[in-house]
Amino acid sequence: MGWLNSLQRRTPLGWLQLSRHKGRLLVALSGIAFADLLMFMQLGFQESLYESNTQIRAALDADLILASPKAETTQKLSTFSRRRLYQAQDVPGVASARALYSNNINWNHPETNEEASLQVMGFDPDYPAFNLPEMNAQLYRVKIPDVMLFDRLARGDYQQTIAQIENQQWVSTEAEGRTLSVRGVFSLGASFGADGLLVTSSQNFLQLFPRRDPGSVSIGLLHVEPGYDPEQVAQALQDHLPDDVEAMTLDDFIQDELEQIQTESPIGFIFTIGAAMAFVVGVVIVYQVLSTDVNAHIKEYATFKAMGYRHSYLLTIVIEESLIMAFLGFIPGLLLPMGIYQVAANATALPIYMTLNRAATVLAMTIIMCLFSGAIATRKLQSADPADMF
Amino acid sequence: MPSPQPVIAIHNLGHAFGRGEQRKQVLFDIALNIKAGEIVLMTGPSGSGKTTLLTLIGGLRHVQSGSLKFLGQELCGATAEDLVQARRQTGYIFQAHNLHESLTARQNVRMGLEVHPQYSVEKMSMLAAEMLDLVGLGERLDHYPDQLSGGQKQRVAIARALVSRPKLLLADEPTAALDSKTGRDVVTLMQHLAQNQGCTILLVTHDSRILDIADRIVHMEDGVLKHNTPANAVH
Ligand SMILES: Nc1ncnc2c1ncn2[C@@H]1O[C@H](COP(=O)(O)OP(=O)(O)O)[C@@H](O)[C@H]1O
Ligand SMILES: [Mg+2]
Repeated sequence: MGWLNSLQRRTPLGWLQLSRHKGRLLVALSGIAFADLLMFMQLGFQESLYESNTQIRAALDADLILASPKAETTQKLSTFSRRRLYQAQDVPGVASARALYSNNINWNHPETNEEASLQVMGFDPDYPAFNLPEMNAQLYRVKIPDVMLFDRLARGDYQQTIAQIENQQWVSTEAEGRTLSVRGVFSLGASFGADGLLVTSSQNFLQLFPRRDPGSVSIGLLHVEPGYDPEQVAQALQDHLPDDVEAMTLDDFIQDELEQIQTESPIGFIFTIGAAMAFVVGVVIVYQVLSTDVNAHIKEYATFKAMGYRHSYLLTIVIEESLIMAFLGFIPGLLLPMGIYQVAANATALPIYMTLNRAATVLAMTIIMCLFSGAIATRKLQSADPADMF
Repeated sequence: MPSPQPVIAIHNLGHAFGRGEQRKQVLFDIALNIKAGEIVLMTGPSGSGKTTLLTLIGGLRHVQSGSLKFLGQELCGATAEDLVQARRQTGYIFQAHNLHESLTARQNVRMGLEVHPQYSVEKMSMLAAEMLDLVGLGERLDHYPDQLSGGQKQRVAIARALVSRPKLLLADEPTAALDSKTGRDVVTLMQHLAQNQGCTILLVTHDSRILDIADRIVHMEDGVLKHNTPANAVH
């Protein structure tokens, strides 16, 4: 209660000093808003890139996933025994369990003949593996040997190829010593590890990779019977099946990949550097303003000391200023990026938007940024010595 | 009439700046007693050590040698916290007004009270306004320093120094930045207010026109304090 009382008695010097010099305050606030904007852009693009790279998993048509515990990203899935899928069907609540085969493939670009790295996935075309109506409407075609469907949003110069396919002029190319025929396109998007996705039937897949054991599947796609809680069924599966396979909900499977990319990809590092630089820019600007302010008031501060104020009183003035600047600067620093996200989302087709989490993160960083600058600026207070000033 | 306890009792006080080769003694064997309610003026050439003595008395500097008692408390060997407490009992007026430029006259005066926990918010506001009224600035409570003249600013500084009714007022050339008429008015005001509060004054000045307010004048010369010039001997 004592501190509350003294807080109430206290002259709000930090606020009075800042608000008396509107120009200086405006500079500080624009600096903070600018740093926040940079942080929001870095973090926003980072997250949207991460998100765009989980699109394959996010497009899967399943309630639960079985995968090898050794699975990493979608490009490094490892395999587990197909028997686990049969065993999974014994668990109450499991409606169906089907295999998805996945592998990386180098194919020759249909026009340029250059090698490109793609991902191939094979599954039973009678039971769609993806929630992509455009793909599913064309799945009957992959029942023909060596026929594939291709991702129209694949990275690379495929415009002409895709235009041809859309006009039903099938495109052929070489891969793994076979001649493949691409007879349809769908929209998904490239990812870190692969330029794009090819889908086909399990049979075509296994013919493409003759050394691949049909009993080793990459992902199990499970559906849950109505009225069952996927989380509980996942737990039951985990208890029922041996440790060479993991059961999880689709959301967990997506989250898993997000974490893989975040920890492993160099992109995350680059964005972190970007955000850190924004932070440093903010620290420098806020420090400039705060140290100018301390210098401008050093005589007044020395006078306060001569009146019997302790050094800690002067510290609270600087801390108060830091916090005021953090919160005031954060307001434009939050609103501005929301507008820019909108523009960027329209321009890049990336899923970029403000999240509560990110806003809280940047607010916390803004507070730390300002307090850090304030802490450095308080060193200048040492010279506020009434004995040597007058 | 029994003589009251002296507000300031100094004897054998010395002070030096620097160390080793650089060491320079600026105060030598100072002795000075000031009784409650007395007005003492200190004169002396520039660099003779007047400010140094004032900062020692005001608790702005650590006392190195000898004895300096303020209200009976020895400041030689005092802790930093003791000095803070001593500062709170002393009003200090500097050559420059040193008002806070972001605070109004009233807020500046209020700062002289905020350091004393016993005053409530309402009381501080009221006392600050009353004090400004006493120095003739009752109409200018909400003016900022840059809206006031030099004399008005120094009067705000006096209000700030006296609002908490300190036992001692230290003033270091308070008229140096003012023209002689304004300076005279400011000092007279200071004298009246302090006397009404029973406040003791030690005032450093070069201004010969204000010597008449003194009960006693002491003279500093090369760090040595010459005593007991009767105030009327100057005239
Ligand atoms: N902080 C300091 N460090 C070193 N020497 C000082 C310091 N302050 C004052 N002095 C010296 O002490 C002497 C007395 O100074 P001061 O007390 O300010 O004199 P006055 O106020 O009488 O003009 C001067 O020679 C001055 O140069
Ligand atoms: Mg001096």
